[in-house]
Amino acid sequence: MNRVLLTGNSAAAWAARLAAADYVPAFPITPQTGIIESLAGWIESGSMPARLVMFESEHSMLAAAGAAAATGVRVFTATSSQGLLYAMEMLYATAGWRAPFVMVNVSRGVASPVTLESDHNDILAARDSGFLQIHCATCQEVLDAVLIAYCLAEDARVRLPVLVNQDGFLLSFTREPVALPDAGAVARFLPAFDSMGIEFRASRPISQAVAVLGGSPYSYFRYQMQLALQGAAGVYDEVAQAFASEFGRSYPQVEAYRCEDAEVVFFMTGAFSTRARAAVDRLREAGQRVGLVRPRLFRPFPAAQLRRLMSGRRAIAVLDQNISLGKGGVLATELASVLYGMPEAPLIAEFIGGLGGRDIAPEEFYQMAKVALDAADSGITPAPRMLYTETEMREMRKLQSIAIAERHELRGAP
Amino acid sequence: MLRIRLHGRGGQGIRTAAQILGSALFAEGFEVQDAPRYGAERRGAPIVAYVRAAHAPIDERGTIANPDLVLVADASLFQVPTAGVLQGIGARVALLIATTEDAAVWRARLALAGPIFSFDPGADPAHAATALVGAAARMLGVIRREILGAALGEELRGLDVHKQRSSLMRALEAYDAFGVHGGAVGEAADASARDYTAPQWIDMFLDPVSIAAPDLHASATSVQVRTGAWRTRRPVIDYAHCHRCSWICSTLCPDSAIAVDADRTPRIDYDHCKGCMVCVTVCPAHAISAAPEPRGESPPAALPGVAA
Repeated sequence: MNRVLLTGNSAAAWAARLAAADYVPAFPITPQTGIIESLAGWIESGSMPARLVMFESEHSMLAAAGAAAATGVRVFTATSSQGLLYAMEMLYATAGWRAPFVMVNVSRGVASPVTLESDHNDILAARDSGFLQIHCATCQEVLDAVLIAYCLAEDARVRLPVLVNQDGFLLSFTREPVALPDAGAVARFLPAFDSMGIEFRASRPISQAVAVLGGSPYSYFRYQMQLALQGAAGVYDEVAQAFASEFGRSYPQVEAYRCEDAEVVFFMTGAFSTRARAAVDRLREAGQRVGLVRPRLFRPFPAAQLRRLMSGRRAIAVLDQNISLGKGGVLATELASVLYGMPEAPLIAEFIGGLGGRDIAPEEFYQMAKVALDAADSGITPAPRMLYTETEMREMRKLQSIAIAERHELRGAP
Repeated sequence: MLRIRLHGRGGQGIRTAAQILGSALFAEGFEVQDAPRYGAERRGAPIVAYVRAAHAPIDERGTIANPDLVLVADASLFQVPTAGVLQGIGARVALLIATTEDAAVWRARLALAGPIFSFDPGADPAHAATALVGAAARMLGVIRREILGAALGEELRGLDVHKQRSSLMRALEAYDAFGVHGGAVGEAADASARDYTAPQWIDMFLDPVSIAAPDLHASATSVQVRTGAWRTRRPVIDYAHCHRCSWICSTLCPDSAIAVDADRTPRIDYDHCKGCMVCVTVCPAHAISAAPEPRGESPPAALPGVAA
C-alpha cells in the first residue's frame, strides 16, 4: 500500500485520474482551485489522457458537464461556495437529464459577508437538486468517495450525478496520510463507463430533457428521480461492500463511532466530526457514555439507519455547521423528521457551530454533551444555541468600534 | 501529539516550511497532518500553518490553540493582533523567533515565562523559513539530519538546483547550531473531559442594523492600514537611471503606491507598498531593484553595491 501525504484537493484530483475521467470542465474558485491545477498539470504533461476545458462560469461548466456525460464519457468537475450557487440552475437541470457524472464541492461559507473558510450552507443548498451527496471527513474519504461516487452514479438503477463534499481548508489544504490505490485495483472496482444507450452525438439530433406541460408527465419524471434516489441507498451498500473487499476500507452510509452503549451521541457531518471523535475518546476516558453518529450519505438521507442508530439513546447533540436562516440547523430538522413518531425518541439539543470555519474547541464538545445529558435528565429541550463565546463578542465589539470610529471621522472629512 | 504552529508572511515559504516538517516527521514514522491557513492570498499578508504529529491516527484538525512549539519567521507579526502569534503560549510552550535581537530582549518584551529561542535570519528575511525548519527539527529531537535533508529535497523539488542547495545549507546550519537545544519541546496532554473549563458561551442578541450590517461606509479606510509592513522585499528606485517616463511603474502598481512629481519623478509610498515587485519587472530602464526588507532598522539609502 502506497501511503503518501496528500491534501483533500490532491486526493480529489488523484481520484479523478484513477477513475480515468475523460473530460474535466473547469472554473477556478478558492478553495477548490488546487484540484483543477493538479488535473491541468497531469493532462498537460500527458500523464492523464483527458481533456480539460476552462469555462467562463460555473453555470456553463455544469452545462458542459451534463452535456458531455450525455455523450457517454466519464466526466469530473469541481466547485465551491458561490460557484455552486451560481451553477444551481444547471444542477437541477442536469440531474433531470439522468446522465451520470461526479462533482466535488469544497465547502466554503456563502456571502454575504464574503468569507473563505468552511461551512455547509453551500452543499446543503443543493440538497433538493437530484444529485446524490456524499460528505467526507478525511482526505482518504475524499479519494475513496469519488471512486464510489462513479460506481453509484453510473449504475443503471441510479443514473444520477453525485456531489462529493469536502471542507475547505480543513481538508482541501490539509495534508495527511492517504493510501493511494493501485490503478489496476481501481480498474477492477470501477470498470470503464458502459453508457448503455446514452449517446448524445453531434449531427445526430435527439431532444434531451424535453418540455412537458400539464403537470402529469412532469410529476412522473420528477418522481422517477425520487425513486431512483431512494433506491440508490441499497446500491450504495453494494458498492461500499465491493469497495471494502477490493481496498479493505469500509464506508457504511452512516459512521457510528463508539455508539454501542452511548446515552448521548453527537450528530454532525464533515471534517469537524473528526474533532467530535477525539472528544468522544476523551469523554469515554472520563467515564461518560458518549458516541458519534455521522451520515456520509446525505442524499439519499439514510433514514432507516438513523432510526436504528438513534433508538435507545437518551439525547442527541446535533451540531449544524450551517444555518437555514429563519429556521435553524438543517441537520437538526432532517433528523427530527426521521425520528418523529418513533417510540421514546431521544431528545434533540440543537447547536449551530463552525460557521465560516469558526473553530470548535474540545471543551465545547464536552459542554454540548453535558447540555444534552442534562436536558435528558430534566426532560426539557434546551433552546437552540450558537457556539459563540464572551471573548469572541469582545473581539467583535473591538472591530465594530474601529469601524464606527472611522465612519465618524471620515464623514467629517472633505 | 506534537503540535507546531508557524507564523510568517506570504512569500516567506511558511506553507512549504510546514510541509518540510510534515514530510520529515512522516518519514520518521509519525502520523502527520500539515496545513496552511490564510486569508488574502497576497505576498506579505500574515499566514499561519499547523503541523501535528502523533503515533496514532490524528482526529484533531484546524486551528492549534494549544501548541507545543511556535515558530515566528517575522517578528513584526507580534504587533498584528489578528495574526494570533501569542495565542495559547503558556509557560511550557517553546517559542522560536527569527530576529536580530537576543532572546532575552523578547522575553522581557513579551513577558513570557516559557523558553524563548532566537536566531539571526541573516540579510534576507525572506529566507528565514528554511532556517526555522532546521532549528525546529533539531528542537523536536525526533528528526534525524539526513531525514530533514531528504524532506527538504522532496518539498523543494520544483526549485532550481542553486536555490535547493542554499536552502538545504541554511536548514542544516540551523539544525547543527541548535544541537544544544535538542529535545527542548515537550508534548501537552490532550484537553481532559473530566475537569475542563466550560466555554463562556453567550446568548446572541439582536443588535441594531446600523451595527449589524457588515458595511464599510467610507472609501479611504485603507490609508489607515500600513500595508507596507507586509513587505519581505522593497523596490528601490535608482534615480540615476530612471528615465522619468513617469507612467509605467505608477500605472501598473496594483496598490497605487507610486506617485509622480511635477518633474515626472516617481516616488514610492513605503507605508503602502506591499512589495509585489511589479514595478521592478516592468521598469523599461531597469532602474528599480528589489532589496531585502530590513525589519526594525532604517531603510537602505540606496541599493546595495550602488553609490547613494
